[in-house]
Amino acid sequence: MLEIPSPSQTMGPLYGFALMFEGSNEAVAPDSHGAVRIEGLILDGAGVPLSWPEGFIEIWQGEQWARGRTNEDGVYSVVVRKPAPNPTPDGTVQAPHLNVMVFARGLLKQVFTRIYFPDEPEANAADPVLELVPPDDRHLLVASQEGEGLRFDIRLQGENETPFFAF
Amino acid sequence: MAVAEDQDFNPPYLHPAYEATVLRAPSKRLIEVPRHWFHHSSGPVWGRVPVRPTDNDLTRQHVGRPIGQTITLSGRVLDSDGRGVPNTLIEIWQTNASGAYVDPADPGFMSLDPNFTGAGRTVTDSQGRYHFRTIKPAAYPGDLGALFRPAHIHTSLFGPLLAMRLVTQCYFEGDPLQDRDPILQSIPDPRGIERLLARFNSAGTEVGDVDSALAYDWDIVLRGPAATPMEND
Repeated sequence: MLEIPSPSQTMGPLYGFALMFEGSNEAVAPDSHGAVRIEGLILDGAGVPLSWPEGFIEIWQGEQWARGRTNEDGVYSVVVRKPAPNPTPDGTVQAPHLNVMVFARGLLKQVFTRIYFPDEPEANAADPVLELVPPDDRHLLVASQEGEGLRFDIRLQGENETPFFAF
Repeated sequence: MAVAEDQDFNPPYLHPAYEATVLRAPSKRLIEVPRHWFHHSSGPVWGRVPVRPTDNDLTRQHVGRPIGQTITLSGRVLDSDGRGVPNTLIEIWQTNASGAYVDPADPGFMSLDPNFTGAGRTVTDSQGRYHFRTIKPAAYPGDLGALFRPAHIHTSLFGPLLAMRLVTQCYFEGDPLQDRDPILQSIPDPRGIERLLARFNSAGTEVGDVDSALAYDWDIVLRGPAATPMEND
């Protein structure tokens, strides 16, 4: 490494006018084949939701990318299509999953996690990244079915803290 | 200057002097995944973000001239091996010359400028270069009774790989508020802080016109090598 990387700084709460745009939270059209809505709370260590204007989330996999933010109740909502399984650089197959980054006031650097799908128990059990998560915490990375869509809460700290990855 | 490959210049999640970290910093150990997996993993595809060629000039988004000192902010986006990162999106947002954001969540202590929004976007060229023209932002109090934050421009970059996704802030050299700012001072290594300071470029500064801009240079370095390492690296 020749150059010192630029350090991260918090996004702060006042990004909305610059970063959000119409449809930014929809990686695919909501009425398109296979589209699924994922919603959830982003919570701090006291269990308090990060409500608007805080709580910024990006979710992506392959060509899909969505950018959302929490509403007054601390709920984010994105629309994606369930991706296909994809390989690690070592060639092992990963279960279908989405990459997730959360940014907020009070986060000096984003946190990085993954969403797995509840209808893939066998693929999830064999996933090489889930395998690195303590067994009791693995369920925290699997979304739950809620009505027509999926629910995935993110707890930044404390009990049932979402497993986050070093990157 | 060579730096150890695994040295991290980011701030820690928990930095109690910046109070908002106390209930938001993850408390469990982060899960380590083999390093090369994330270095090979693609970052988000930002192609849906609308970028117009004029979006890098924040001084011409309204009918009139904005209040404040016009500046240029330019430099290169590099990977940690010093190679330019081409074709990557940079988004910026900032206050106007009085210290107010246009955002509806701004507390409204400072005055808005009808001729300035404070949001810009651009894409780096084939050498990783970028260029913005804007108004120098101002210091402002985050909360009444709190210290003023030093002037800064929020900056978001993608980069080609997952580990390169960066949201940071650009500060201006010589601002005395920087030494007391808990957010900037959360960076443990002074060389990291230096990296976030834009430098006044005397030679690049325009002269002789009412629209003349003070030139500031700021290079941004994304983590990791942009090129795919070879098997035996």
